[in-house]
Amino acid sequence: MSKIIIKDLVKIFGDHPEKAQEMLKEGYDKDDILEKTRQTVGIFDINFSVNEGEVFVLMGLSGSGKSTLLRCVNRLIEPTSGTITIDGEDITLAEPDVIRDIRRNKVSMVFQRFALFPHRTVLDNVAYGLEIQGVPTAQRREKAAQVIETVGLKGWEYSLPDQLSGGMQQRVGLARALANNPDILLMDEAFSALDPLIRKSMQDELLSLQNTLNKTIIFVTHDLDEALKIGDRIALMNNGTIVQIGTAEDILTNPANDYVERFVEDVDKTKVLTAEGVMKAPDPVVFLKDGPHVALRRMKEHGISSIFVVTRERRLAGIVLAEDALQAVKEHREEFRNIIIEDVPKVSIATPVIDVIPVLAETKFPVAVTNDDDKLVGILVKGSVLAGMARKGDNIA
Amino acid sequence: MPKLPIGLWVEQIVAWAQVNLEGLFDFITLIIEVLVTRIETVFLTVHPLIILALVFILLWSLANPKVAIGTAIGLYLIYNMELWEASIQTLALVLAATALALLLGVPLGILTARSNLAHKLIMPLLDFMQTMPAFVYLIPAVLFFGLGQVPGLFATVVFAMPPTIRLTGLGIRQVPAQLVEASDAFGSTEWQKLTKVQIPLALPTIMAGINQCIMLSLSMVVIAAMIGAGGLGDEVLAGISRLDIAKGFEGGLAIVIMAIILDRVTQSFGERHR
Repeated sequence: MSKIIIKDLVKIFGDHPEKAQEMLKEGYDKDDILEKTRQTVGIFDINFSVNEGEVFVLMGLSGSGKSTLLRCVNRLIEPTSGTITIDGEDITLAEPDVIRDIRRNKVSMVFQRFALFPHRTVLDNVAYGLEIQGVPTAQRREKAAQVIETVGLKGWEYSLPDQLSGGMQQRVGLARALANNPDILLMDEAFSALDPLIRKSMQDELLSLQNTLNKTIIFVTHDLDEALKIGDRIALMNNGTIVQIGTAEDILTNPANDYVERFVEDVDKTKVLTAEGVMKAPDPVVFLKDGPHVALRRMKEHGISSIFVVTRERRLAGIVLAEDALQAVKEHREEFRNIIIEDVPKVSIATPVIDVIPVLAETKFPVAVTNDDDKLVGILVKGSVLAGMARKGDNIA
Repeated sequence: MPKLPIGLWVEQIVAWAQVNLEGLFDFITLIIEVLVTRIETVFLTVHPLIILALVFILLWSLANPKVAIGTAIGLYLIYNMELWEASIQTLALVLAATALALLLGVPLGILTARSNLAHKLIMPLLDFMQTMPAFVYLIPAVLFFGLGQVPGLFATVVFAMPPTIRLTGLGIRQVPAQLVEASDAFGSTEWQKLTKVQIPLALPTIMAGINQCIMLSLSMVVIAAMIGAGGLGDEVLAGISRLDIAKGFEGGLAIVIMAIILDRVTQSFGERHR
């Protein structure tokens, strides 16, 4: 079910948004509106929903409105119009004390430059959210210490933030957000200030934490690789509005417009394309009952030197080489027994191409692609992978 | 164009206040007299050398040895010059003035940081208070409070309060926006945000304001003595009127010693909060 639903959200910065609102409806662009009304359109025409337990990425360059949009979710920025619904409750016009409650119990935030309180120890930073709710000292420190352990900072409880490295500081930031036990995490460029190696390990850690915590996360980033890596779905923003929402593969293979295309053209496609995207149809194959004669004929017809053998349910049984089939035919054998090679390289349809390439490199056979039921759904040979990537690449470049 | 009767207007306002706010002024006088007298009594009933020893121990443990030793030497010098009583009167006046300036100045400073309107209204007023020659305050002070310590204190507070307001406001405005936002994002009330994040982070700047306030109070000592505030200012004034270099210099030196002691002590407390 949808945890967060955003509808027709607009934020206009300035004292008199009414005129700007109207011009937006008439289809004027941001620059015209700024010139005519002196009002800055932050975001407009924003519609999306985030499912429970989903990592939803808002991606765009600076100035695209992604941070503004994120801050509308917990109303750090008041939207000009539209609605924000969390857990079925419309919070767009909720009173300050209701919003305070939501921020205390339901929605926590992690900041780009960590925003740790420099005068408080790590422990008291993490306990801050509980402290302002009036949780007694001993109790909140105990809870904070637990969360600090979860993020791997045990032993640093009594350090001050500026004694910690950037990566450690952001762990504190994450722990502070988790201490309230919120359902929803808003992460504003949370890893952008970290150096690349630390960033990568923080991404991995977030994903593994997410496996156990199962929070609903809205993650803002300008880094497409980061978006592709951690996002279940990605909303690509440009100039104040969302231009495309979809999974990583959707966005890479079916870019909605020129802007998205240009944005994604530098991506290393091998990380995102899966075996399914580049495989050939599993044709020809032979069934177990067919025997060496049929297999040999099919191979001759298609000019290939090996062929996959499947069961009646199209489960992969193995592979037969042309020379072995010829030998069997010469010896008048009617079955595949003895000549079938069962130990064939195979990958699942979801395997990224980058992981397929080494498998292909190590085997002299084609690689079988199987689905979740272990049925043969495609095959990969070196040529088809390259062709597949080039084909998808055409869409993108 | 005829001369604008600006002076006359001010005179009328002061006269009006003198008549209509008499009760308020009497009340303020009473409170301040009690406050100043209390401070004086506390310090004057104990033997100077005992106070000196106590201050030394206190500063040794709370501040640092250098400050403690310097203060002890300074206080002994004052005692030796037989200016102890006058110094205590001055100290009482300065402490009372500082306390009042903080009581009014810190909340006003917080107000200027939180409200742009308050900022726009109060800042020009502070410029006025700081640049108007301090002697001018003596006239209404005497009219409102008569002669003595209270009008001296009034003039001192008016003159010494602006830096407290300015630096408190500045300190709070300088708290990084992202920390204020973080505090909001976790659901702090305005009061929690102020007391748990903004004031603690502004404290070094606020302490600098307090330090400035004390220094300016001390600089008013001689001026306040002209309307009977007493203390070390009297010594200096007497030195001037009798062209008595020895008396004038000793009084002035005692003021300098007090200034250095108060400055170092407040600074070392300020550093502890960094």
